[in-house]
Amino acid sequence: MRVRKNIAANEEGFLFNPTTGDSFSTNSIGVEIISLLKKDISLRDIVDELYEKYDVDRALLERDVEDFSLQLKEFSILE
Amino acid sequence: MCILPLLNNQGILKKLKLNEKNELNLIMEKQRYERPFIVKLNAGLMNKFGTRAENQPVTHIESVSIKGLLKEFGSPLFVISEQKIRRNYQNALRIFKTRYPKIQFAWSYKTNYMNAVCRIFHQEGSWAEVVSGFEYDKAIGNGVPGNKIIFNGPDKSDNDLIKAASNQSLIHIDHYDELYSLIRLSEERNLKPRVAIRVNMDTGIYPKWDRFGFNFENGQAWNALTRILSNSHLELVGIHCHIGTFMLSPEAYKIAARNLCELAWSAKERFGIMIQYIDLGGGFPSINTLKGAYLPGSDTVPSLDQFADAITDVILGYGFKQDELPLLILESGRALIDDAGYLLGTVLATKRLSDGRRATIMDFGLNSLFTSLWYEHKISPAQKMSDQTEEMIMFGPLCMNIDIVRESITMPMLQKGDQVVVHSVGAYNMTQWMQFITLRPNIVLIDTENNTHIIRKAENLAYLEQLEQLPEHLK
Repeated sequence: MRVRKNIAANEEGFLFNPTTGDSFSTNSIGVEIISLLKKDISLRDIVDELYEKYDVDRALLERDVEDFSLQLKEFSILE
Repeated sequence: MCILPLLNNQGILKKLKLNEKNELNLIMEKQRYERPFIVKLNAGLMNKFGTRAENQPVTHIESVSIKGLLKEFGSPLFVISEQKIRRNYQNALRIFKTRYPKIQFAWSYKTNYMNAVCRIFHQEGSWAEVVSGFEYDKAIGNGVPGNKIIFNGPDKSDNDLIKAASNQSLIHIDHYDELYSLIRLSEERNLKPRVAIRVNMDTGIYPKWDRFGFNFENGQAWNALTRILSNSHLELVGIHCHIGTFMLSPEAYKIAARNLCELAWSAKERFGIMIQYIDLGGGFPSINTLKGAYLPGSDTVPSLDQFADAITDVILGYGFKQDELPLLILESGRALIDDAGYLLGTVLATKRLSDGRRATIMDFGLNSLFTSLWYEHKISPAQKMSDQTEEMIMFGPLCMNIDIVRESITMPMLQKGDQVVVHSVGAYNMTQWMQFITLRPNIVLIDTENNTHIIRKAENLAYLEQLEQLPEHLK
């Protein structure tokens, strides 16, 4: 699971796919997840990292990250 | 030991902790969490009015905390504000009284017949308007004198008619069968009921409500009046109409008022009898947004002043002498109670549907919020949330496909346990709600001094089964 190379993303949460012309908006935790995915970090490790940082129930975080990754796939941001 | 939580502008929680030596230590805590969220941007497709996001948190009703209410009385929970009811009533009365000298409101029981609610209206001076035998008994139980009860509707049994006639109640006759029943009963028992007829008419609105009462245009209403006026057992005291519900056109009331005045005038001319009252019914809208409406109700619903202008201008200008002016009765329900009622609820779960839509499952559905079939109810979060919003479909808890509270609503990113407030639910929900799959919740009244009172307890299994009986062979 890898972020497509041509996807442009900035720190404010704006994403652009030059191939399709689609643009997206995400929140700050979304930016974090995408930047970790860009570094080829697995979803499992991403959950570990976020769990250390955020005040959240682990099961909820796992579910939310999985749901987010499914959306990224749906939007063709992930390969 | 004392711990003080602090939140800085990055949402990072810090705590100041006082240790045993009375030294302050700063503890770094985890950051506040917000669910990851991504949305595709669609340039050029925006609605020119923008999307309304209901993300302003509503944390209190009057001065009572919503969190506290839900903790004490459970979720979901209906809440009614006594102060709002009284303000609505006094405001409506002022609007009509400043335009017309003789005004009487009659509380429409079917809109909300919780006894506590009815008694607030009666304390303010409202009569009762009922449409069934059991509502009639409820009004009597609430201490309304018989001669201040208006009995409407197509379903009045012989016993109901005898009771209402004996109590000098105002019987609004709906059809010829009822008229002849009443004549027969009055002759048999030597009663002299005070009656009016309900009139239906074309006021230019669709659908035309012609199933109740006698038609104006084809002369049926006049024939019924003639029949009553020529019968020594019946006393004709008024004329009634109710042209529809959630009416958005003051013009329609003008037509209705003119037609009723014409009937009253004819009765005076031909029979020398001055009708005591004209009852324009109710039907005034609340600020709820009807399904399919392009703009929110708060922007499109005419004010009560416009309806009052339409009605009173016609009656005052019709030509009655000052001392002959009929009493104007109004049976307004929804417009006086809707925004005094709130439904508080909690998120049970969130999920994503196969087409990518976000779905939120609430602990209330159309079994308790019946009006979600008609309205796009305004729903607010009951706690401070992040500014990020998302569009979602909001389901109720029923295991039924039709249980949808809002087909599309933009709200902050709700998650399990979050609490919400549904606005303007005071009308019809607490009478039309269904005991279906779940039990009906508590109803709490916040009085004018911000004290809370349960006015209807949450149902339990024993309540539900109390009328059931098991045949011997199944015991």
